[in-house]
Parts: sequence; C-alpha cells; structure tokens
Amino acid sequence: MPLPTSTLLGFMADNLEKRNSVMPLSSHRMTQWAAGLDLPQGGESILYTGHMYQMIPALEYVEQMTSRFEDHWMGKLFPVGRVLNKYFNLSWFLSRVRREEQRRYDEYLRNIVRLLRTAGVGEFGYLYGEELYTGALVHDLGLDDVFEEHVHKVYKILVKHGVKRVITVDPHTTDMLRNVYPKIIPEYGLEVKSYLQVLRELDQKPTSRLESDIVMHDSCVYARYLDTVEEPRGLLEKAGATILEPEQSGKLTFCCGGPVESLFPGKAREIAGRRIEQLAAAGRDVVTMCPICLLNLRNAAKGNGTSVRDISGYLMKAYGGLEVSSGDIVEED
Amino acid sequence: MARVNSEFIDEIRQSDSFDASACMHCGQCTAICPMGLDLLPRRLFFYVGAGLEDKVIENRETIFSCLLCKLCEENCPRGVNIADDVRFLRNYINRKVHKLARN
Repeated sequence: MPLPTSTLLGFMADNLEKRNSVMPLSSHRMTQWAAGLDLPQGGESILYTGHMYQMIPALEYVEQMTSRFEDHWMGKLFPVGRVLNKYFNLSWFLSRVRREEQRRYDEYLRNIVRLLRTAGVGEFGYLYGEELYTGALVHDLGLDDVFEEHVHKVYKILVKHGVKRVITVDPHTTDMLRNVYPKIIPEYGLEVKSYLQVLRELDQKPTSRLESDIVMHDSCVYARYLDTVEEPRGLLEKAGATILEPEQSGKLTFCCGGPVESLFPGKAREIAGRRIEQLAAAGRDVVTMCPICLLNLRNAAKGNGTSVRDISGYLMKAYGGLEVSSGDIVEED
Repeated sequence: MARVNSEFIDEIRQSDSFDASACMHCGQCTAICPMGLDLLPRRLFFYVGAGLEDKVIENRETIFSCLLCKLCEENCPRGVNIADDVRFLRNYINRKVHKLARN
C-alpha cells in the first residue's frame, strides 16, 4: 500500500500555512550556520538559503521513517497524525536529530559565504530568523492557494528589509525567487542569482589547482529551469579540474529522484539508483550542486565505491585562498 | 466506462497556463521519461482534451509521480509546458479529490 498521498499533502500544506515550512525546525537549527560570520541582518544584497541545506539531515531522518510505512499497516495512522499536527507541531523533535550531520551541511553554507567574500562580491547580509522557506515543494505539489499566501509573507519580509538583490545557494530556491514569485507578485523586482553564477561572473583567479577528475551531476532545475550549465563547469575547469560527463548531462541530465521522495520513497530510490549507475560509469568522484541531489545520490552510492560531494567544497579548495575550511573537501567517501 | 465531463473541459479551458492542446501526440515525452510513465503526458493530455475527468482522477498516482524534471520538455517538438500542465492537474486533483483547497 503506498503512502496516503492526500494526508501527506495535507500535512505539508498545514505546516506551511501554520508554521511557514513543510518541515518546521527551530530557528536556531536554521540559522546556527551563520554564527561568527558577522553577516549583517538584511540589507540591499542578501544571501538567501531558503533553508534547503539546513533541512537535509532532518529530511533524511523523516524519509527513512516514512519509507518504513510504505506498504505497512502503520501508514493507516497518518490521517490521525495530520489531525494532531494541526494543534501540536509533530516536527518539534526533528530539531534534535542528526546534529553531527547538521554541522556538515552548515559548513557548506559557511563555505559559500567565504567564497563570495574572497571573490570580492561586496557586502551582503542575511535575514537570520526572519528568513523563510520559499515553499518550493508545496508549489510543485500543486497546493497553490497555500503557496501563494506564503509567497506574500516572504515578499513582505524582503520588502521590510529593503532587499534588492538576492544571492541563492540552491536551484529550487533560485527558481522560486527568480521565476515563480514574479508570476504571483506583479511588482516583484528583485535580482536573483545563484552563488555559482555570481562567482562565475566575478571570474576570480584560483588560489589552488584542482588536480581532479570530477563527474558532473547537473541538477534538473539548474539545467532546465535556470539554464545554469556552464557556470559549475567553468569554475571547476578554470582551477584545473577535468570534467567527466555522464551518459546524460547538461540540458539532458537525469533526475536524482528527489522530487517524489516525499510521496513515493520507493520510486525515488529506484530513480536515484539508475542515476548513480550512469554517474559511476563515468568516474568515481561525483559533484552535485543541489542539496536534494546530494542527499539522494549519496544514499544511492553507498557501497558502490563512488563518492558524492557538494560543489562548494571543491570551489573552496580552488578559490578559498587562506580561508580553506577543514569542512567538505576531505569528507568521507 | 469513461464519461465526458463538460464542466471539467470548461475549467481547463479557462486556464491560461494549460497548453496541452499544442501536443501532437508524437510520444517523445513518453519515450524519454525517467519514471517510465507511459501515461504521461501524451495520453493524459488526450484525456484532458476529451474531458475525461474520471480517467484523469483514476490516474492521480501517476500525476503525482511526475518528477517535474522537464526532460520531456527539452525534447518536445511543440514546446508544450508539460511540467506546468502536470502541476495544474495536481492542483485540480487537490481541490476536487483531496479537498485541500483553502479558499
């Protein structure tokens, strides 16, 4: 028996409506990554995380739990959970899970800030606890009225802080803020660029060479929604890396399975498995630029000798100068 | 037996965004779909165009299984906004079947 689609959709809609996120975690959990970076609050230019990297460890935990309920009688209890969740935040305990893993995902964000600073992007702020999830998943699932209400909330906060330019860190948030929000808010005039685009435009000279053969996994959203294909390749190749293209790459990239993980975890695993086979056939060091791809492909790669890493670690090694972090690039295989 | 629902046709026609009528049923999308969704989008759009609401709702698991990855759009000779059309149908099902409309 599949998971109860209607109930899960209701869960997500309720959470976004009442708690501003499909996975309402504590403000501390969402913002702790920025501690010590001295980012000003707000400003005309800001970094917008959209909570995507921060949510991954808890998301993985939830996915492991819910996938156990697929084809299990316990799945029948989901409707009861939805009723309870309207009154009590059933996600409250998620702010306490996978803390070690959280540090790694926080480090990706810290690396992105360091990269932007080293490249000389100029001052940019962060909204800290006022930053909200963009509602990307709720939009994709066709829960339009809840999503549109949420978009207005996010926009109001951006206006309040006088934001004019936004630097994003993941493709889903970029697509929402650049392509989808303007359709809902006619007066929307924000300039939205991903940090990969910003770094590529600044054309910084590498401070270290990358003597690596890297298999490129393009995110569907970056490649086909945002036309961001050259930027990651250009940045890595300029530092000396050799890009290995899998069977399907660039505009014809193959999905990681992530978009259906919330409703059909079994189908998502199957797609991720097929993608990791394509990637492993091209080489053993795979790079991703979306936290959802990272999660799904990393899980699919377990035991097959392939390592999957976020691009920020490679970029930090190549362009981070003296600020090289001990974080990502030396992570586990 | 599938029944034609004229109200369904009217509602779809009122949408500016649903452009599946441009589909010429060549089958490229179905051939390239990572999910191997035989139904999507070609046959699905046929059901919509014919006003077969029952058939659309019957296939809602397939509609919610779409990855919205747009690989099909990249290969669509008629430039149909397939992902947006699928999202449109999700919204329709959420309102009519899942009863998740707020307004």
